[in-house]
Amino acid sequence: MAYLEAKSLWKTFGDSVVLENVNASVEKGEFITIVGTSGCGKTTFLRMLLGVEQTSRGKLLLDGEPLADEPDENRGIVFQKYSVFPHLTVLNNVLLAREFEQSGFLGKLFGKQKQLAVEQAMGMLTMVGLEHAAERYPHQLSGGMQQRLAIAQALMKKPKILLLDEPFGALDPGIRADMHELVLEVWKKTKINIFMITHDLREGFYLGTRLWVFDKVRNDPQQPDAYGSCITYDIAVGKVDKTIYKKIDNDMTTTRKTQALQE
Amino acid sequence: MRRLINTRPTRLGQYALGLLPFVILVVIYIWASDARLEINPNDKLMPSFGSFANAIERMAFEPSKRSGEYLFWTDTSASLQRLFIGVSLSAFIGLVFGVLNGSLPLARAKLSPITTVISLIPPMAILPILFIIFGLGEVSKVMLIVIGITPFLIRDLQSRVLELPSEQLIKAQTLGANSWQVIVRVILPQVMPRLLEAVRLSLGAAWLFLIAAEAIAAQEGLGYRIFLVRRYLSMDIILPYVAWITLLAFCTDWLIRRVSMFLYPWYQSNGRQS
Repeated sequence: MAYLEAKSLWKTFGDSVVLENVNASVEKGEFITIVGTSGCGKTTFLRMLLGVEQTSRGKLLLDGEPLADEPDENRGIVFQKYSVFPHLTVLNNVLLAREFEQSGFLGKLFGKQKQLAVEQAMGMLTMVGLEHAAERYPHQLSGGMQQRLAIAQALMKKPKILLLDEPFGALDPGIRADMHELVLEVWKKTKINIFMITHDLREGFYLGTRLWVFDKVRNDPQQPDAYGSCITYDIAVGKVDKTIYKKIDNDMTTTRKTQALQE
Repeated sequence: MRRLINTRPTRLGQYALGLLPFVILVVIYIWASDARLEINPNDKLMPSFGSFANAIERMAFEPSKRSGEYLFWTDTSASLQRLFIGVSLSAFIGLVFGVLNGSLPLARAKLSPITTVISLIPPMAILPILFIIFGLGEVSKVMLIVIGITPFLIRDLQSRVLELPSEQLIKAQTLGANSWQVIVRVILPQVMPRLLEAVRLSLGAAWLFLIAAEAIAAQEGLGYRIFLVRRYLSMDIILPYVAWITLLAFCTDWLIRRVSMFLYPWYQSNGRQS
């Protein structure tokens, strides 16, 4: 049985149809990139995966169970911005998941428990390359570093699926290449299911194992909202083997080198 | 010639320009006061700076002949105490209800309309009711401050909570937080510096209500004194008292701003958004 399944999924807001008859099944460990024009329902789909929006018709199953109708710890999320907490230092941002888990009333850890959690959090920060910035506040970090933090924070809870909503849309091209590398590394290490929305088709092709394109099949010029989108392309963009990683690595290095030359 | 909109004063010039209106005011006062005193040496309306000094000397550094108290300092401590209790109480109530209203739609549905209605009642209109219920003692003065500024604090904090990006609340939920944990770890700490800001804004109103309540019924207090000596046209006492209240208000404002900067470094400048 598939790990995550969408069965004839519909989403309507009043009279306007956003998604119609979306069918998909995803195996464990797949990295899916989602592209589409704005207003094509890709963000709505992600919000349904997240539990912020509910399906109008049809089913969305994770491991055979319907997804909870509010956000929970099965799903990690990184937004384009506002994903980290401005009032907490980098370390405390990452620590938060453990603190919610182990301290119901105060949501804060002390003593031995805290030490243990700090060790884990520092490990996570090292993985995303932020160990030197542990004591800083988010507003002292660059955009790229903030997104690294958001990823580390989400991974701390070991979610079943990681949702990335145009996570690198606001970043410079050079930094974006670094972030691609980081996401691939994280995915390789954790074997987590990733859904990533992007408006950059190239990004969609080079990252991930599978590319979905959300688009409308039918268009009514008199009433644009009459028909919704569905997945029009579902392409396997890479097999999970060494050569593909190499190719991606190579591509990214070339991109980065060209960018470095241009600067 | 540079355009006027691009011409900026130097640092020193900025202070000088800032000071200028004060100097002009003082000069005008001295000139007018001298002119009046020349015609009538007993004029009470615009006393000279010498009589201000005498009045301050009498009020602050000599015990009162009747009660043996240093009136200026008893007045100051009485007023500050009322103000402090009233504002703290309001801040606490404002924080609790503001955060509740902002975070829980169910609480908001119940409490938001009544807060709005209460905030529209002119507090001075119900001052007699307060005197009737709480008597003429301290409680009614504190209550007037509380009733006067709490609705504003609640409404302001409620909208501050609603301003927090929904992304943050969603993120906290995906990290496994329950409603209580979201409130204590995500909403409350982020609302604290905003509470201090709202308190700063409401201090002016708090002083207004305090002085109004003291003017009507009190035994001591800065507002009480001003309204008492008004009977004798004692401008030499009233004006220093007003200046002193202004200075106190300025210092409280400055102090709260400092505390906020020290406690919440992430909130300053671009810490508001990240």
